[in-house]
Amino acid sequence: MSTYADAFAAGPSHGWLPELRKSAFDRFTALGFPTTRNEDWHFTSVTKIAERTFKPVKPGTCAVSQKAVERMAHGEADWHRLVFVNGRFERGLSHFAELPADVTVATLNEMLKESPEFVAERLGKLASFDAHPFTALNTAFTQDGVVIHVPRGVVVDAPIQIVHICDDKAAGGAVHPRLLVVAEAQSQFTIVESYLAVGTPSYFTNAVAEIEVGSGARVDHYKVQQESTEAFHVGTVQVTQARDSVYHSFSFASGAALSRTNVYTRLIGEGAEAKLNGLYLVDGTQHADHQTFVEHIAPKCASRELYKGVLDGTSHGVFNGKVYVDPLAQKTDGKQTNHALLLSEGSRVDTKPQLEIFADDVKCTHGATVGKLDQVGLFYMKSRGINAEAARTLLIYAFAAEVLETIELDGLRTQLEAAVFEQFVRTTPE
Amino acid sequence: MLTIDNLHANVGDKEILKGISLTVNAGEVHAIMGPNGSGKSTLAQVIAGHPGYAVTSGSITYDGTDLLAQQPEERAQHGVFLAFQYPVEIPGVTNAYFLRSAYNEIRKSKGEEEVDPMDFLDLMEQKLKLVEMDEVMLHRSVNAGFSGGEKKRNEILQMAVLAPKLAILDETDSGLDIDALRIVAHGVNQLKRPDNATILVTHYQRLLNYIVPDFVHVLAGGRIVKSGGKELALELEAKGYDWITEGA
Ligand SMILES: Nc1ncnc2c1ncn2[C@@H]1O[C@H](COP(=O)(O)OP(=O)(O)OP(=O)(O)O)[C@@H](O)[C@H]1O
Ligand SMILES: [Mg+2]
Repeated sequence: MSTYADAFAAGPSHGWLPELRKSAFDRFTALGFPTTRNEDWHFTSVTKIAERTFKPVKPGTCAVSQKAVERMAHGEADWHRLVFVNGRFERGLSHFAELPADVTVATLNEMLKESPEFVAERLGKLASFDAHPFTALNTAFTQDGVVIHVPRGVVVDAPIQIVHICDDKAAGGAVHPRLLVVAEAQSQFTIVESYLAVGTPSYFTNAVAEIEVGSGARVDHYKVQQESTEAFHVGTVQVTQARDSVYHSFSFASGAALSRTNVYTRLIGEGAEAKLNGLYLVDGTQHADHQTFVEHIAPKCASRELYKGVLDGTSHGVFNGKVYVDPLAQKTDGKQTNHALLLSEGSRVDTKPQLEIFADDVKCTHGATVGKLDQVGLFYMKSRGINAEAARTLLIYAFAAEVLETIELDGLRTQLEAAVFEQFVRTTPE
Repeated sequence: MLTIDNLHANVGDKEILKGISLTVNAGEVHAIMGPNGSGKSTLAQVIAGHPGYAVTSGSITYDGTDLLAQQPEERAQHGVFLAFQYPVEIPGVTNAYFLRSAYNEIRKSKGEEEVDPMDFLDLMEQKLKLVEMDEVMLHRSVNAGFSGGEKKRNEILQMAVLAPKLAILDETDSGLDIDALRIVAHGVNQLKRPDNATILVTHYQRLLNYIVPDFVHVLAGGRIVKSGGKELALELEAKGYDWITEGA
């Protein structure tokens, strides 16, 4: 802890929101890193993060080329794209598409210069760090991030993409990216966040996003986590949804030695709908933990969750889906599904649905399965001449297809489909 | 084309095939009949290479090669095709993709070029007609939610696309209505060539009115207990199996 104090005292390089940062740091100091005695972290030990003391990466010259960005980042030419390398905004690598009038897509540092009150009014309001040490840590140490503000009724057609890339210069360090999104009533847009790496440096990404979805608004949020397999990734998304809003999230995770992806949404307006989907692919000794928390505060809201995982080697997956239904949230319609496919004897998954329901007129279901590759299906394919390796990847793909189909961006879906095919290819048949 | 010699096969410790010998030549149609549980599907699956059955002795020679030494996919690439008694559902993989993968793998194995999705759909058009199947079935997941009859037709569609040398149809006629039976039989007859052969596993003589066999065999208790010409099927229909299987 004392080393964090040194780092905190030494930074930040800019003096914004000092009070928020100070109280966040104090809170982090009080909470410390979670242990597996903490119910929310029961299956995931963060000892490896806690031991290492990852200090914020020092600014340096960027060695990532435009070509590398184009190659790695999923996206299309007309997307608005902000690129961060080792936590620092790289204007030269970014692409600024034409946006409708009054739409703001800017870095946090720019916003603090231009509209500090906008940031001050909102930052840290949704993503409470009271009980979340990693959120506290991010709030204390974040150096930059992105602010998206879409005014009432405005529809942004092309996705807004945020790309985070780390390379060797991030080795041993931490980046704490922050995202603040305000979707005013009736607005509509799509965000694509990509967490990528060049090479296999070991670093720590600790991301926090706060997303306010106004009444009747719709936000589609894709997150692709393909960090270095030596890296650590903790990402928390905290959403609030007003009346009749739709928030659709898709989390893809295939990177990092250890990752934890939190998607939390509060349905505070009647008729709001949350669709939370995810797919993770892990092998070797990777550990991927997903936690969702849907708070049904208002009546007549719907939540749909579908998470799938494919695990090989001695990897470990965790899915913890929490649903809270407030006494006032009558006519809640909640459904949570979680399926895991184990490709090896050594892989393992822990699933924990957690439903706390305090209203009586609700429909809440959850289902979870853990299975292996269907041997009969494999034989059927082989009996048609499909070789063993192709049959295997095809079945893995088939398992993932249901959740990949929820991706509404064709290009991204195609790229992630390809990732599924590539991830588990074995060069030597068993 | 196919020579099965004294084949014994187990599931676990249980012996199911107890010494089967059978020779099938190019151009022939063989029917295999026999009571439930006698080992007909087991024989079919062993020929296709199902890993759940252990061959304990005997041999299968196919086109001069040792079939039992080959992986299931190699057997298929060399022209062996099994229409399953219970076709397998593969949710998430479309029929079109599945068929094209199989078709291209078989082409690749022969050193031929793969066909692209558009050309493949053209090819499919004729094949669909042959089994009177609607194109929409191509875009559904393999057998998922197909009716019993649709699954059987889909097997014949696969056979039509893959054009095997040795086709084994395991009760493809079971569960088919009269029209479907005629369609399936027509499909099989259309695909018959002097250089390929068919083994029909069936319980019903009626299929053999449409596809006329050269030989009929009765499998009981894991052995072929009687072989004959197409009249044998009529005799079985009239008298049942008891008169043959007694003492077998
Ligand atoms: N995987 C298995 N595990 C255990 N027993 C099996 C297995 N497969 C087949 N058998 C047994 O082997 C015997 C032969 O089965 P098979 O399916 O070959 O019969 P069949 O002649 O095709 O019967 P039907 O006419 O009912 O289709 C049966 O007693 C069956 O229960
Ligand atoms: Mg059978």
